[in-house]
Amino acid sequence: MSNDVVIVVFSSDRAAEGLAGAGERLASAMGGRVFEIAIDPAEYQIEECLTALTETCRELNPRAILLSNDTYSQEIAPRLAHRLGGSAVGDGVAITAELRVTRQVYGGKAQAVIQLKRTPAVVWLRARSFAPASGGQAPSPVRTGGAPVLHAQTRIVERRRETQGEARLEDARVIVSGGRGIGGPEGFSGELQPLARLLGAQMAASRAACDAGWVPLTWQVGQTGKKVAPDLYLAIGITGASQHMAGISEAKQIAAINIDRDAPIFKHCRFGIVEDYRKVVPLLRQKLSAIQR
Amino acid sequence: MNILVCMKQILDPEVPARDFRVDALHKEAERGSANLVTNIFCENALETALQFRERAGDVKITVLSFGAPSAEDSLRKALAMKADAAALVINEGNPHPDPLTVAQVLAAAAKRLGSFDLILVGRESGDWGAGQTGGLLAEELGWPCLSFVDSIESAGGKVRVKRQTESGFEIVEAEPPVVLTITNDEHNVPRIPKVRDVMMAHRQPLTTFNTADLGVDVSSRYYEVAQLSIPQKESHCEFVPGDTLDQKVDALARRLLEVTAAL
Ligand SMILES: Cc1cc2nc3c(=O)[nH]c(=O)nc-3n(C[C@H](O)[C@H](O)[C@H](O)COP(=O)(O)OP(=O)(O)OC[C@H]3O[C@@H](n4cnc5c(N)ncnc54)[C@H](O)[C@@H]3O)c2cc1C
Ligand SMILES: Nc1ncnc2c1ncn2[C@@H]1O[C@H](COP(=O)(O)O)[C@@H](O)[C@H]1O
Repeated sequence: MSNDVVIVVFSSDRAAEGLAGAGERLASAMGGRVFEIAIDPAEYQIEECLTALTETCRELNPRAILLSNDTYSQEIAPRLAHRLGGSAVGDGVAITAELRVTRQVYGGKAQAVIQLKRTPAVVWLRARSFAPASGGQAPSPVRTGGAPVLHAQTRIVERRRETQGEARLEDARVIVSGGRGIGGPEGFSGELQPLARLLGAQMAASRAACDAGWVPLTWQVGQTGKKVAPDLYLAIGITGASQHMAGISEAKQIAAINIDRDAPIFKHCRFGIVEDYRKVVPLLRQKLSAIQR
Repeated sequence: MNILVCMKQILDPEVPARDFRVDALHKEAERGSANLVTNIFCENALETALQFRERAGDVKITVLSFGAPSAEDSLRKALAMKADAAALVINEGNPHPDPLTVAQVLAAAAKRLGSFDLILVGRESGDWGAGQTGGLLAEELGWPCLSFVDSIESAGGKVRVKRQTESGFEIVEAEPPVVLTITNDEHNVPRIPKVRDVMMAHRQPLTTFNTADLGVDVSSRYYEVAQLSIPQKESHCEFVPGDTLDQKVDALARRLLEVTAAL
């Protein structure tokens, strides 16, 4: 076993930069090198990808393999660990040379440090929360060829996008987010969306609003939705359950509009207003347009 | 078609943060006055299976849990939702089994229970949220696995599933046997069982095993919890000043613009 680190990159964005940074620091703490395996997500097929990664990682024999927390990475990581005889853990926000990984548990109400017992350590990280590499030594790119799987039992036959233009919610600087308190899809389209346009913001939602079918599932923020890190997160009609807050722990400022002064969201807010959003938002839009003009 | 749905009983994840405590020595949450509930994604998984049965017809659904004797409640609720059969593996050995141990126990129990075409698990559990059981179970069985599925359709001898990605969704075709990890969407919100079915579920048989019966070593060899703590992080909220709605909203507009103008 070497002291090397392999990073597996599915896309070229902030997550990839964070992974490179995490890889560089972990390798330097362990006294090893960094290798990078880049995979084109448009070509991704599960069993093929897993077989190729397993072979390549067997040859490289690293102590740690780092991935991001996108769909494909999360799907691959435990199975890759199993095939390599290692251990996996996910959603890490810190990792040490002793292979201890810090992560949130109990829906964000507690934090645990997990000691991995087998190597390689296969860890998917909240990669966007990691600082980029210092720019010292660039990771060595490694190609995965591998034998194709002759008879794959699964095949992705169609890919559909449901995003708000090209921008990713994860990279948004301002987010306007609505919850069950919005009361229906009309509140989102008629009130929140125009407000978001005025603020140059992207839209997001709580699980309750997504489950109700008011907005697309890709808008969900939280423990099991997107992890976002905007400069401003404006939560409207959202209680602030710990599972929702788990998705915005990296937001610089949180503000809220809620009718309930005791809503937990206010414990996390820099500023807020206790009023019905139906009264606040129309007036707010008028004022924002007036001041901006 | 035979479907197995794995269900985990957990401490109610909706307990508010102010009532939540941990036992740092034993590295577990304190029970306090919290209820034990079925992990929501396991109920989403059962609901997905039930809807599949309603459309596809000849489908038998078995539910399986590995846990304390109290996990029987989760299984009885699943029977009341109209699962066909239930089995419980009682965990008397390791209060904190790691995901590999869990997967090995579930794989051994699945083999005992019969031959399945689909095994459904939740995408993650609401307590420790490992998000690994599905993938590890698939590897233990030598099956493929698809993650973040929210609906299943039969397509000849295959299944066609829809699964969620960051940017939208994908349609994936799979040849059983396959493990699916299930996530929530507006269509698989778990049904509420009828009172009569809840009563009937109490008289239905429940298969039980212990880990010795299954011949699985339950000591954690994959990972262990080194520390558990509650991070202290509260900020002081400034409620925007003003006597009237108009004044307050005016102050709010100015605060919002201050932040966004600085970007
Ligand atoms: C395992 C697990 C994972 C989860 N993952 C996520 C996740 O990723 N993301 C997520 O969001 N949730 C998640 N949840 C669910 C979470 O626990 C909460 O149930 C959910 O976030 C509640 O959504 P909400 O705040 O919109 O709804 P509610 O809790 O119903 O809150 C509605 C809020 O709106 C306010 N309100 C009502 N009317 C108005 C009005 N007219 N004007 C202003 N305010 C108003 C109310 O005071 C209230 O605070 C998860 C739960 C579990 C168990
Ligand atoms: N003890 C258990 N008994 C039955 N199913 C389980 C158990 N632990 C995990 N699972 C299944 O695996 C899913 C994901 O759990 P986890 O990998 O712990 O996040 C759960 O939603 C269950 O479907």
